[in-house]
Amino acid sequence: MTRAATWRTLLLLGAVAALEALCLAGVIDRITMQPPHKILIDLWRLLASGSLNRAIAKTLGNAAAAFAVAMALGVASGLVIHRFRRLRDTLDPLFATYYAIPVFAFYPLLIVLFGLGDAPQIFIGAMLGVVAVIVNTLNGLDRVPRVLLKTARVNRLSPLQTALQVTLPCAAPFILTGAKLAVAYSLIGIIGAEFIMSNGGMGYEISFAYTNFDNATMYPLIVLILLVSITINIVIARWEKRILARRGLA
Amino acid sequence: MRDVPTPLVLLRGGEKVFPPPGPSGRPVHALGPLDLELRRGEFFAVVGPSGCGKSTLLELIAGLSTASRGEVAFEGRPIRGEIPDGVGVVFQEDASFPWLTVRDNIAFGLKRLPLPADEKTRRIERALAMMGLASFAASYPAQLSGGMRQRVCIARTLVTEPKLILLDEPFGALDQQTRLLMGDEVLNLWRKTGATVFLITHALDEAAMLADRIGVMSARPGRLIDVVETGWPRDRDSRIVEEEAFGAITARLWRSLRAESMKSLGHAGAAA
Ligand SMILES: Nc1ncnc2c1ncn2[C@@H]1O[C@H](COP(=O)(O)OP(=O)(O)OP(=O)(O)O)[C@@H](O)[C@H]1O
Ligand SMILES: [Mg+2]
Repeated sequence: MTRAATWRTLLLLGAVAALEALCLAGVIDRITMQPPHKILIDLWRLLASGSLNRAIAKTLGNAAAAFAVAMALGVASGLVIHRFRRLRDTLDPLFATYYAIPVFAFYPLLIVLFGLGDAPQIFIGAMLGVVAVIVNTLNGLDRVPRVLLKTARVNRLSPLQTALQVTLPCAAPFILTGAKLAVAYSLIGIIGAEFIMSNGGMGYEISFAYTNFDNATMYPLIVLILLVSITINIVIARWEKRILARRGLA
Repeated sequence: MRDVPTPLVLLRGGEKVFPPPGPSGRPVHALGPLDLELRRGEFFAVVGPSGCGKSTLLELIAGLSTASRGEVAFEGRPIRGEIPDGVGVVFQEDASFPWLTVRDNIAFGLKRLPLPADEKTRRIERALAMMGLASFAASYPAQLSGGMRQRVCIARTLVTEPKLILLDEPFGALDQQTRLLMGDEVLNLWRKTGATVFLITHALDEAAMLADRIGVMSARPGRLIDVVETGWPRDRDSRIVEEEAFGAITARLWRSLRAESMKSLGHAGAAA
């Protein structure tokens, strides 16, 4: 481990230990927060009992669907936008202001459009992530050396073959950066939507537990979401690092 | 009418003018007008001062760019920006794919060819051995030196056995000894496949040793100011440097080039 990584770990462990101490000493009362060790025990109990399995499966399934849509749509749009200069010039400023839009404000409209099922939630998750994927894909495509494109032309590759065999592999590290953001945005979109208006899923359960002062359910669920998001992020980051190392860039 | 075989490549009054880089810039007249004929099966080398338009000429012949004026024909058919089949190019810049191993890089061009799998494997193994890359087959380009990466690109082009091989300073990053040996390998392949080779080089001795004919280009905008026939037998190798004629050819190339090279360096009056 590098020195910085050691310090980082110590910092996090220290924060958790401090929280534990404050909770045990009664400085933070039990209605506000559980001591961390209690949260872990509750999490284990929740998972073992299986009572929330349906909620967890619904949320992670929808988040996975939102992520898949954001990636497929984002990479495909990135390729198309990259090909047409005009389109690019038109859309670039829109991408820059995209994250100023509070997507959740449109939730009532989405329910009118898609009904009350999973669709509006998946739509929100995908729409939150897709622009991050497009922007990062474009960023990667901009950096493909011209000589590689010439190589593709000399090999008489079609535009689709060029994308699959040359430009996308070349831009892969950037696309993975987009993927990391899309994972986070999908979870934010799905859980946020479940919070606002839904009758299932982890977001719904958290909000339900909150209104019932059920800390033994609320905190373990929050920690579970954190763990899922961080784990996926670490896996993608590892992958990214391996790709960069192959290219002598890490 | 006499039966004159159509040349493989015919360039008539070929010129390339690049548009101005910005609103205040001027267009760059990079090449020509220039007439050039590549005969089927010949080894043609081009020498010329830096920036005279050699790479630009190569891209016109490859069909990678379109002439601003004049015509380029491949096997008698005009090409306008589309790549004819059977053309292989080794670019001046490193064009290896950093995400593929050396072996997969070399296999890249073979994928689209309708050849039996064992023939593809045979060609790849032979190319790896020929370019001295056998023990690096599983390495990634980033782990190789610049010269080795260039050899990966040469191998990737040669395995497809193109009719016309265009090489843009392929040995630029190699030491003199390796350069001679690589030259021998290219000669071998040229003899064996009957391909036509167009080689850009800045090394006069390399041009004199490898080529049947050598085109000498002027400073930018590049035109052909001399074409030297070497008269070497088809069955030749790097030992040709011991021949008396070799020295004479190199000397003639240098005579034609000296003034042009100074021009391109901006020594305007030095030619006198
Ligand atoms: N895409 C382009 N746009 C504008 N100008 C260009 C472009 N490509 C080349 N040029 C210009 O055309 C001229 C010839 O370039 P070219 O690369 O053909 O020279 P070269 O003879 O291959 O040089 P070198 O020996 O250094 O490789 C140069 O002045 C260069 O700046
Ligand atoms: Mg050049």
